[in-house]
Amino acid sequence: MSNNLLTVAYVAASALFILSLAGLSSQETARKGNVYGIVGMLIAFIATSFSPGVTEYGRLGSVILPGAVIGAIVASRVAMTSMPQLVAILHSFVGAAAVLVGIANYLQLEQFQTGIEATIHQLEVFIGVFIGAVTFTGSVIAFGKLQGIIGSKPLLLPGRHLLNLGLLGASVWLGVQFMTAIPLSGLQPLLIMAAIASVLGIHLVMAIGGADMPVAISMLNSYSGWTAAAAGFMLSNDLLIITGALVGSSGAILSYIMCKAMNRSFLSVILGGFGAGAGVATTEGSAQPTGEVTLATVEEAVEVIRNAKTIIIVPGYGMAVAQAQYSLSEIVKILRLRGVQVRFGIHPVAGRLPGHMNVLLAETNVPYDIVLEMDEINGDFAKTDAVLVVGANDTVNPGALENPTSPIAGMPVLEVWKANTVVVMKRSLASGYAGVENPLFYKDNTRMLFGDARKNLDAILGQLSYV
Amino acid sequence: MTVDVAKETGRGEYATAEGKTLRKVGIPKEISTGERRVAATPDTAKVLQKLGFEVLIESKAGETANFPDDLYRQAGCQIVPDAETLWAQTDIVLKVRPPDMHPTLGKHEVDLLSFGGHLIGFIWPSQNPELLERLAARKATVLAMDAIPRITRAQKMDALSSMANIAGYRAVIEAANHFDRFFTGQITAAGKVPPAKVLVIGAGVAGLAAIGTARGLGAVVRAFDTRPAVKEQVQSLGAEFLELKFAEDGTGEGGYAKVMSDEFIKAEMALFATQAREVDIIITTALIPGQKAPLLITQAMVESMKKGSVIVDMAAEQGGNCAVTKPSEVYRYQEVTIVGLTDLPSRMAYQASQLYGTNLCHLLEEMGGASEYKIDLENEVVRGALVLHNGEVTWPPPKPEKKAGGTGKEQQQESVKKEDLSPKPSLASPTSPPLSSSKRSNDLLWLFLAGLALVGVGLGAPSSFLSHFTVFILACFIGWQVIWNVKPALHTPLMSVTNAISGIIIIGGMLQISGAPSSPTTILGAIAVLIGTINISGGFLVTQRMLKMFQK
Repeated sequence: MSNNLLTVAYVAASALFILSLAGLSSQETARKGNVYGIVGMLIAFIATSFSPGVTEYGRLGSVILPGAVIGAIVASRVAMTSMPQLVAILHSFVGAAAVLVGIANYLQLEQFQTGIEATIHQLEVFIGVFIGAVTFTGSVIAFGKLQGIIGSKPLLLPGRHLLNLGLLGASVWLGVQFMTAIPLSGLQPLLIMAAIASVLGIHLVMAIGGADMPVAISMLNSYSGWTAAAAGFMLSNDLLIITGALVGSSGAILSYIMCKAMNRSFLSVILGGFGAGAGVATTEGSAQPTGEVTLATVEEAVEVIRNAKTIIIVPGYGMAVAQAQYSLSEIVKILRLRGVQVRFGIHPVAGRLPGHMNVLLAETNVPYDIVLEMDEINGDFAKTDAVLVVGANDTVNPGALENPTSPIAGMPVLEVWKANTVVVMKRSLASGYAGVENPLFYKDNTRMLFGDARKNLDAILGQLSYV
Repeated sequence: MTVDVAKETGRGEYATAEGKTLRKVGIPKEISTGERRVAATPDTAKVLQKLGFEVLIESKAGETANFPDDLYRQAGCQIVPDAETLWAQTDIVLKVRPPDMHPTLGKHEVDLLSFGGHLIGFIWPSQNPELLERLAARKATVLAMDAIPRITRAQKMDALSSMANIAGYRAVIEAANHFDRFFTGQITAAGKVPPAKVLVIGAGVAGLAAIGTARGLGAVVRAFDTRPAVKEQVQSLGAEFLELKFAEDGTGEGGYAKVMSDEFIKAEMALFATQAREVDIIITTALIPGQKAPLLITQAMVESMKKGSVIVDMAAEQGGNCAVTKPSEVYRYQEVTIVGLTDLPSRMAYQASQLYGTNLCHLLEEMGGASEYKIDLENEVVRGALVLHNGEVTWPPPKPEKKAGGTGKEQQQESVKKEDLSPKPSLASPTSPPLSSSKRSNDLLWLFLAGLALVGVGLGAPSSFLSHFTVFILACFIGWQVIWNVKPALHTPLMSVTNAISGIIIIGGMLQISGAPSSPTTILGAIAVLIGTINISGGFLVTQRMLKMFQK
C-alpha cells in the first residue's frame, strides 16, 4: 500500500473516531457511534497491515487473534456491576502497551536522527514511557480498589506531595541522563524511570478515596489517551496523535465535568485527600447530627409506597453491590402499571464510574426517559410523595448544603429530604465513602430500612404484587 | 404584700441565675375579650413534656378552644386553679396575646410574672412600648413570636404565618356567610347560577390561603399584589393575577411589601375601581410592616359595588385597607357588607391553638428543650425573637451582617422564599466574588504561560515536529468540543469507547514486530499488540453490550 493511500486511510479512521465520540454524546446516536469506532479501528488496522513496515503476517496474526478472542470473552462475561473494574484494567493494558512500544522504539536502531530531531524524539520516547507507566500501575491499583482487593480508603503517606514531587524530580533527572547518553546506553535510565513512574502511578491512585474513583478512572482514561499521543509523536504517526489527543482531551473534560458536579477542584482530586479531610472531620466530631432515627419495617415501607402517587427512586452504589436493580425494576414495572408516577434521580457521581447507575438500570429494562439527572429532578422533590433511597448516601446528604464545615460542603446533592416521606435502604447507619455523617437519616420524614437492599426489595416486591 | 416581695426576690434569684434549669412552663387563660385561643393544647403539652418541661395550665384555659381541663389532665398537665398562682409558679409563661390588665384580679399580667421570669407570646414590641417598659422593670426575658425572623429554618416557628393561614381561610368563610349567593357556578333545572367573583388584594400567606379557599368553594378568583414574584404562586392556586402595565417591584425587606411610588398607586387605584364594579367579594390583606395599612378601597369604590357584595378587610386592626371599615365590626354600608373582624384566627380557636402551640414547641426545642434551655444570642432565630433579656431591651435585633456577595443574596432569597407558601428549592452555589476574580487572573496566567510555551516550541522545534504538533493541538480541541455536551447517562459507554479507541496504540506495536524474530523490539512489540488488541475488542464489545440495553 502506498504511503499516500495509508495517509488517506488514516484520515478516514480519524474522522470515524471523531464521529464515534460525537455519536456517543446522545442516546439515539450512541450505537451508531460505537459502530463508527469499530469501523475506524478496522480501517486503521488493515491499512497499517498493508503498510511497508509490516511484513510478518503470521506473527501478527498469532498475537492479534488471541488478543481479540480474550477481549471478546471478557467483554461478554463481565457483569454490569463490575464494569468499573473492567474499564480500569483495560486502561492498564493501554498503559502497558505504551511502555512496551516506547522501549521497543528506543531499541529500534534503524532510525538515526541527529541534532534537535534526535533530542525531540528521545524526549517523546521518554515522556511516552513515563505516562504509560503511570497509567499502567495507576489503573491496576484502581482495578484493585474497585474489585475490593485493595481497601478503598485513601492511603495518605506523610508528605505525600513531597514524595510525588521527589519522584517527578528523579524522573526529570533520569531524563537528562537518558538524553545525554550515547545511543542504547540510555536504556538503563529509561528503565529506572519506568520503575519510578510505576511507583508514582501506584501512589497517586492509592491516595484517591473511594468516592473520587469515578474521577480517577476518567483521569486514567485521559492518561491512556496522552500515552497514545506520545507514542504517535515518537513514531511520527498522525493517526496515533489524533486519536490519542481525542481520547486524552475527552477524558480530561469528562473528569472536569465530574469534578464540577462534586464541586471539587480537579487538582485536589488527583492529588488525593477527599476521604482524608472527611476522616479528620469525623474524628473531630464536627456537628454530630441530632435527632432520632426512625426505623421502618418492610410492611411500613410497602405502606408508604402504596400510598404514594409520585415516587422518585434514588439509587447509589449500594444498589450495585446488592445487585438490587432487577427487583427494583420489577417494582417500578408494577407501580407504573398502577398509574403511579415513578422516576429515577441519578446523581452525577453515583456509583463508582460515571453513568454507572444508568448502565445498571438500562440492563434491567428501565426506560431511559424516566431516569433523570440531578438538575432535572431536584426541583420536583418537594412535590413528591415518597422517595426511595437505595444504597445512596453522600449524594443525598443535606449536610453538603446546610453545614459549611462538612467535608462535602458545596457539593450539589439530590434534595430528597424535601419529599413527603423518604425511605432509606441501607445496610447500617455507617457513613458513606466520604466518611461523613448523614443528617438525612435523622430527619423526621425519613424512615430507615436496614438490611440487604435486594432482600428488602424482594420482600417489598412480594407484598406489592399481592394486592 | 410583704410576703409577696419575699417570694419575688427568692424567685428572682432562681430564675436569673444562669445555668439553672427552667423547667416549669405555664399556660394562663387568655384574658383579652373575645380571645378564644390558648397557647398549648393537650397535644402540644405532650410534646412540651417530651422536651422535658413540666406543664402547668390555668383551669379552663382551653375551654373556649374546646379543650376541657380533663384532656389536659390526661395529657399529664398540672391544672392550676387561678391565674396568680400559675404565673407565680412557672419559669416560662406561654401566651397568645400580649400581657394586659387582668379583668378579675385588677392587676396587670406583667406584675403577675415572677421577677426575672421568661415570657413567650405575641408582643408587638413596636406598637407596645409601654408594655416593654413594664416588662423591663420586671427584669423579664421576653421572646416575641411576632418577631421570629422569616428565614427558612424558622418556618416551623413562624406563628405569624400559621395564624395568617387560618385568617385567610376564615376570611373567605366569613364572606361566604354574609354573601347570599353560591360561590360556585351551577346550571340547575331551576336556572343558571353564575360563579361568584372574588378579588384578593395582597398575596401573602393570608392572601394565598384566601385564594385557595375561595377557589375551593368554586369562585372565580383574581388577585393583586405589588410584588411580581408572587404571580406564579397566585396562578398555581388557580387564580388570575392582575397586573399593572407598570414596572415597579414592590418587594421589600424580608419578603414583605414596601411603599410604592405615587404613579404606581394611581394606576393601582384605577385597577381597583374597575374591579370593584365587577367583583362580588373583595378580601384585602395589604399590610406594610410597622405602618398604618394602606388605603386601597375608597368610599366611592364601595358605593360602586353591586348590592349584596361583601368586603372583608383583614387589615382592620392596622387601620383597614377600606375607607369605611369599622374595626372588630360587621355592618352594612349602603347594601355592601363590610367585615372588619380582627379576631379571625381566634374564631378558629381549636385549629389556631394547635398550630400556635406547635410553633411554640418548635421554638422551645430550638432553645434546647428543658435540659439545655438557654437564650443563645448567637442563634439567629432566638436573637430575632428576643425583645427583652433579663430586663434589657434587645429589640430591634441587629441587622444580620450582609456577608460578601453570595451569602447575602442567599439570605434575601431565603426570606423571600419564606413568603412563598410553596418554597422552591433554590440551590445557591457558594461561589463568592473574590474567588471568581482570582480565578480570572489565574486564567490569564495560564493563557500567558501557554503563549510562552508556544513561542518556545516555535523557536526550538524542527518543522517535522511542528506539523505533528499542529495535528495534536487541533485534535485536542476537537475532543474537547465533541465531548462537552455528552449526557451523564452515557459517561460509562463513552469511557469504554474512548478506552477501546486508545487501543490504537497497537499500530505502534504492529510497526515493530516485523524485525528479527528474537530481537527485543519484536518481542516487546508483539506483547504490546496482544494486550492492545484485548483492549480494543473488549472495549468495543462491552460498549455494544451496554448500548443495547439502553431503551426507551
